[in-house]
Amino acid sequence: MEAFYIWMQNWLPFEWTQYHFMLNALLAVLLVTPLFAILGTMVVNNKMAFFSDAIGHSALTGIAIGVLLGMGDPLLAMLAFSIILAIGISNVKARGRSSPDTIIGVFSSTAVALGIVILSREGGFAKYSNYLIGDLLSISVSQIMILTAVLLLVLLFWSIFFNQLLLVSVNSSLARSRGVNVRVVEIAFSIIVALVVTVSIQWVGILIINSLLVLPAAAARNIAVNMRQYHLITLLIAVISGLSGLICSYYWGTASGATIVLCASVLFILSLFGKTKSI
Amino acid sequence: MAYPNGCEKQGNEFCGLCCTKVEHFGVKFGSKEILHDVNLHIHCGELTAVIGPNGAGKSTLLKAILGELKHSGNLNYLDAADQNTGVPVIGYVPQHLDFDLSSPLSVMDLFAAGNSRLPAFAAHSRSLRQKAMESLSRVQAEHLHDQRLGNLSGGELQRVLLALALTPIPDLLLLDEPVSGVDQPGMELFYEMVSDLRRRYDLSIILVSHDLPLMARFADRIVYLDQTVKSSGTPAQVFNDPYVTGVFGRIAVPALPKGQIIDLKDGV
Repeated sequence: MEAFYIWMQNWLPFEWTQYHFMLNALLAVLLVTPLFAILGTMVVNNKMAFFSDAIGHSALTGIAIGVLLGMGDPLLAMLAFSIILAIGISNVKARGRSSPDTIIGVFSSTAVALGIVILSREGGFAKYSNYLIGDLLSISVSQIMILTAVLLLVLLFWSIFFNQLLLVSVNSSLARSRGVNVRVVEIAFSIIVALVVTVSIQWVGILIINSLLVLPAAAARNIAVNMRQYHLITLLIAVISGLSGLICSYYWGTASGATIVLCASVLFILSLFGKTKSI
Repeated sequence: MAYPNGCEKQGNEFCGLCCTKVEHFGVKFGSKEILHDVNLHIHCGELTAVIGPNGAGKSTLLKAILGELKHSGNLNYLDAADQNTGVPVIGYVPQHLDFDLSSPLSVMDLFAAGNSRLPAFAAHSRSLRQKAMESLSRVQAEHLHDQRLGNLSGGELQRVLLALALTPIPDLLLLDEPVSGVDQPGMELFYEMVSDLRRRYDLSIILVSHDLPLMARFADRIVYLDQTVKSSGTPAQVFNDPYVTGVFGRIAVPALPKGQIIDLKDGV
């Protein structure tokens, strides 16, 4: 790691690269933004923006369960809870007659309320507010390793399941006729989204994590005409807003997660101008 | 064709010997019975039109055949040598593609997703491009290969979906109200194409439709479905069935001298 820091400081001789925590955050941004960009393409295509939002909010209950169990780092409790919630929502959605929005709304607000109730006992909620806005600058090397592992897992999932996922997003009967097991693909994707959102929530923050997932893909849809462009443009927008957001947050002294999202919003607005030309 | 004795392998342009059997199909949603004891025999080279009132279970039947819905009963595919070859290869064209018009999905991406191991966001291989162009040429849609799906007209979209359903050539082709919402010329073009492809590739086709006069023109067999098969046979037979005329009234069957309308209620 030490060699990496020195190499980076030589290569990027700026004020902000003098701090190891900034270089760690830089690495984290280079891992998290592609991760979110890739998943975001299909979250938007499958109209799952509200679903991923619910998973983000449910992290509060995951943290609360971890605290009740006396865990120092509640990540495992958060993961378990969000995956159970993801499977629960897709099952109810598959069986139920009511609108998915309503079902997700019910699950999500219950999870948020439950989390706040448990965490705010004896007025102690303030110490968890870090989870709300995220703290990218406190990421450690071992946590960067976890993110790397998750990125590799997602890339593997993507190369195997992408075509099936795309067919399901187009029309589920059509997907079935091409031999796709629609339920399995839908649940697998929900679990992957839950996994990625939960692992990154500590760094990005509950309040804005969904924007990071949705904004780059939403902007790319305005410009792209095929799947290849869609992926490339989404990646580009995510990484550019990640880097510029991180650097701006250093000079402005602002929360890095929110600054990154703000940069992505600016790029989304710019993409609207490209829209009329391509369609 | 996936089976050794399938029509294509017989080298017989019009074999008519392959048969898809739907036996005793039933579908329940909870305690509500949607379909019961549906039996159909579909021969290759034949276009079978499924008609019936709204809520009769027509789309449900197709989804059950696809395996998307749980059902009782069996689906059997018998090849030209009359050997049971099990599950047929099924092509499907949906009712109305419920997709977001802003989705950046090109016609070639759709073919890649349905036919290739490489993910659709990767570069499309030469063999896939060739295969897709060949399929698109069957429905006179080669020129659409790089278009975004959202830029196509309703008729063009359905032709592209038909081309996809015919790659590979299926044992059974299911069309679920394929041209609802398409203008009249687009509709006729589509049915003429389906009719032509049926002869050329000896396809077994099940088509759900509300366009009764068009069905009288293009279908070989008609099945009147209302929870179960209420009437079936040639268009003339079914459209003369008092049960069917009681629901739909009279329908012109063009097998008879042109323009003649049979008043079914008067028994011709």
